[in-house]
Parts: sequence; structure tokens; C-alpha cells
Amino acid sequence: MSRYAAMFERLGSEGAFGAFLMLGDPDLETSARLLDAVVEGGADMIEVGIPFSDPVADGPVIQAAAKRALAAGVRVVDCLRLLSEFRSRHGDVPVGILTYANIVMARPGLMQEAAEAGVDSLLIADVPSLEAEPFARAMMQSGIDPVLIAAANTPDATLARVGRLSKAYTYCVSRVGITGTHAGGEFDAGLIERLGRAGSPPPIFGFGISRPEHVRAALKAGAKGVICGSAIVDLAARGADVTELVRSLKAATRNDSVPQ
Amino acid sequence: MRLTGRFGRFGGCYVPEILVPALEQLEAAFLEAQEDPEFAAELNGLLANYAGRPTPLTRCRNLPSNIYLKREDLLHGGAHKTNQVLGQALLARRMGKTRLIAETGAGQHGVATAIVGALLGFETVVYMGAEDVERQQLNVFRMQLMGARVVAVESGGRTLKDAINEALRDWSASFETTHYLLGTAAGPHPFPTIVREFQRVIGREARAQVIEQLGRLPDMVVACVGGGSNAIGLFADFIGDEGVRLVGVEAAGRGLDGEQHGATLLRGTAGILHGAETYVLQDADGQIADTWSVSAGLDYPAVGPEHAHLKDSGRAQYVGATDAEALAAFRALAEGEGILCAFESAHALAHALKLARAEPESAILVGLSGRGDKDVAQAQQLLRASA
Repeated sequence: MSRYAAMFERLGSEGAFGAFLMLGDPDLETSARLLDAVVEGGADMIEVGIPFSDPVADGPVIQAAAKRALAAGVRVVDCLRLLSEFRSRHGDVPVGILTYANIVMARPGLMQEAAEAGVDSLLIADVPSLEAEPFARAMMQSGIDPVLIAAANTPDATLARVGRLSKAYTYCVSRVGITGTHAGGEFDAGLIERLGRAGSPPPIFGFGISRPEHVRAALKAGAKGVICGSAIVDLAARGADVTELVRSLKAATRNDSVPQ
Repeated sequence: MRLTGRFGRFGGCYVPEILVPALEQLEAAFLEAQEDPEFAAELNGLLANYAGRPTPLTRCRNLPSNIYLKREDLLHGGAHKTNQVLGQALLARRMGKTRLIAETGAGQHGVATAIVGALLGFETVVYMGAEDVERQQLNVFRMQLMGARVVAVESGGRTLKDAINEALRDWSASFETTHYLLGTAAGPHPFPTIVREFQRVIGREARAQVIEQLGRLPDMVVACVGGGSNAIGLFADFIGDEGVRLVGVEAAGRGLDGEQHGATLLRGTAGILHGAETYVLQDADGQIADTWSVSAGLDYPAVGPEHAHLKDSGRAQYVGATDAEALAAFRALAEGEGILCAFESAHALAHALKLARAEPESAILVGLSGRGDKDVAQAQQLLRASA
């Protein structure tokens, strides 16, 4: 059973909480510590960015994180080492990479190396389902699950393709825009329903999760989990402890969590 | 999508899923407009009576007389950019969009977008790298005079590629009301095809004009290549003429052996940037490289995907001209013909001058893509420094 499947089974009706961090931000040592800190806070799964110089799908917070990592001289090979060390410390936590097509193209062995480092999934932000087929095939051959994005404006025919190609989970975007966009606590239950009909893997909401009420709203809309990125990265950039934020967001995924 | 958007292995539509419906809508509007005689009539009317088409073909008198210049510098706005912004703006109106966004490097495409924004009544926002805003104050003011808002982009290297990133980010949240008026034949499908079709008029006119003046086709067609819109527009109607050599001239900057150039096809490797698979200047990890050229319009780390295919298929040849060669050609054209051309166009001319001397019997058609007013202050500095 894959680590994602095992996680969803363990959680049962409880929502999964995913924490996003940029690898190498602001340097390798701090980055390794932050990965541990979000697990300590209760993150069920980890999403990590491999920094890219031109991240068109990202808002200012994640852009700045990539810039810090690249300015620190972080290379792709360093990111893989961080992940392989993380895997040796945390055997069961599912790990997904989120990066851009040019990073993947530039390193033909990347998927194999990522699989060997214990990575479970890969989402390429600028590869829509229209172009995803050859990438998804290469991932599957390397033993990595493809993750695709489904947005509120994605038509049903495209969702069918997303459902077919996406394996670990489906990354759902409620509002148009880039990472860090405020969803205003609204999450599109219609999208979750349409994904269900398309036979997609478990839907998880990203974009616009920064407070416990967002987590509850996303789960109430039918998601199986949430991913929080910009809020965690922003907090870490200010040198604050991210564990408490993760703990409070994770608490909101539990059935008995009481709205405040 | 109804078209594949591929040129051989290059091209495609590499954008976040959220933007795909906007690109599908654009492709549909474009294909419908191509079949609509009213669209063609309105566009052709604007090209003729507003922008000033057809542009002349000028045979050189004092430079080698086997050089023929296609004078896009005489188009309204001062460069070939106006051809395609008119086309895209009419598509935007057709789709019911009320706002235009655009990226610009030195400001030429930003100015062209501001022109159509004013003419056709769009709210217009132009993203421009903060460094370019500082260097190109006059063009910033031109855009503002025509009612456009210029946003200085502080992210990344604060130049053209960062302006494109920021425009794409804006569009990800605004496509319901906004058309992204991309400035060159690059980016995700359908932009490379749309921009080529709206620039095709350059080569169509030039082909007929050369035949009229010379009684035959030219032997060579030479154009500068940054993103590649003026080159693809000039080449398009000659691609089927097998005897005609197509030559694209990239910015060799301070030399192709160093890192300060914009010669994507000559020194880049296959990659994916700004929505298309194409040649890209990048490091071993796939991080995009900083580029350099004396001409801001050629200072771009990717290139239109059709040029990548024309190179790999061997149909077109790509060469470089250095800053110094371009500056010398800029002067030669001013002194010999009384024409101040854009630094970009001077790259094409620099190579054409070499060809004209080596092959005096050949007829060489050169795309003079823009006028040089924007470059006069910089030329003064450079020529003083080298005096």
C-alpha cells in the first residue's frame, strides 16, 4: 500500500493535513529543521517545493521562498538529499514534490532519484492535464504518483482526464489565482462532487488555507484534506515557530474539533 | 484545443490548469474570427487607415544595393508590434473582455498595447520590470499619456521575463474580464500561432513588393530574433519557397563565448518556459539564466517555439550579431540611407551587410522591424564612450 493510501486509511473520516515548505529555504540546515517541525506539529503529509527561478503559479510568499533558497546556492541535488534524510527520520509520512516543468525536463533522472529518496508524488504546476500524459507515464514508471490540479473552472471533460491521470490525491483549487490567494473561507463543494463523478483520487484543497476555520470549511465542502503553504512559509520566514500553527490547523481536521 | 499547438516537438501549452480554459476560449475566438469576413475587414481597415499599411520596401542606395529593407519602422507606433496588437485587441473585444494586460521589456510592446487600449477603449495595465522602468522613462510616460497604467515588477531579476511572470499571475486571477495581450510569437498555445498569423502581413507584402521591384523572389530573408514575432511574420510566407534562405539573427551581446548574450537558439537547450517547450538559456538545474543585449527587445532567455522547430528542421538558419556589430550597422544605416533603425533591427542589418558583401549577386530582404528614436540616447552614450 502506498504511503498516501495508508495515511487515508489511518485517518478514516478525519481530514488529512498537508504542510508545504520550500526546500532549501532559507538554507539547507534550517529547511531540514522546518520539515521536522511541521511533522512534530502533526502534519499528516508533506508537500515540498524544489525552487525554480520563474514560478508563475506562485504568489509573493512562495516566490520569495524560492528566491531565498536559490540565493543560498541550493541545487536540485541538495533538495533530493534533504528528502532522503527526511525519509530516514520519518518512514511513514507521505512526501510530495511540487515544482515546475523546466526543473523536471532539465534532469532526466529526477523522477527515479526522487523515488529513491522516498518521494511519493509529484505535481508539476505548469503542466496541465492537457500536457500531462507523458509526464504521468514517466512518474508511474519510476514508482511516483502523479498529482494533478483541478480548479473550480475546470470543465467536466478535463476533470475526467485529471481523475484518470491523478493517483495519490487531486489538488483542488477553489478560487482562481496563484498560491497565497485568499479563498475567503469558501470552498467549492460542486468541484468535489464533480471530481467524485470523475472517479478521481481523494480531493485535497490547496490555496487559501491559513486558519482553522478555512480547514473546517474545506472539509465541510467534501475534501479529504487540506494543504497549507503560504501561511507556514511566511511564518517561518519571520523566524517564528511553525509547530504551533500546524498544530492548530491539524486540530481543525478532527471530527470533534469545535468551531470557535 | 482544436489545434495541436506544436511545431515539431516544440510549443504546447504548459500553464497552470486554471489558465487552460482562457487559452481554449482564445483559440476558439481566433479560429472563428479567421472565418469571419467582418473581422478581416475591420482589422484590414485599421491596418491601412490607422496604422499605415502597406509599409514600403526600400532598396538601399549607399549601402550595398542588393539589400531591400521592409520598413516596419514606418508603421504607427514605430515598430511591427502594432500589427498584432490590433488583431489581438479585436479578439479581446470579440470575447467580451474589457481589460488588457501586457508585458514589456524596453516598452515597445507596452506602447503598442497602450495605443490599442486608447483606440478601442480598454482599461490597460502594462507590467514592466522595475529595472526597465528606470531605464526607459520616456516609454513609461508614453504609455501613461495614452491612459495605460504601468506596474513596475520587483520580483526576480526585475526585467522582461519577470514582467511576463507577473502578467501570467495577474491573468490567473483575472481572465474572466481580461485578455493577456502577449507581445511576441512565444508563450503557450495559441499565442505563437495567433501572433504569427497577425504578423504574416509583413512577409506577404514584402514578397509581393520584392517580386514587383526585382521580378523574382529574394535569395535571402533576414530578420532579428528575440521572442521572434517580426522574424516569423517576415518568414511565414517564404517558408514554402524552398530556394529562399531564411536567416534569423540573435543577440550575441558581448560575445557568444561568455554569458552576456541573448542567443537562445545558438546557445540554449530545450526546456519549458512561459508556457512553451522551446530553446531556453538555463543552467544545469533548469534555472533560467540572465541574458544581455544592447537591445532590450532581444534580451529574452527563451524564443518562439516555431523558430526552435525551423532551426532543428534546418529550414531556417540562426546566427548572432554582437552589440558592437549592431551599433556599427545602426550608424551605417543612418549615414548611408538616412534611416535611424531600432537596435533590434540593426542586428539583422549587421548580418545582412556581411552577406551582401560576400554574395553581391544575391538579393537580400531585411526586416527593419522598428525605428530607432527609442535608442538614440543610448546610442549617443555608447558612441561617446567608444570615441
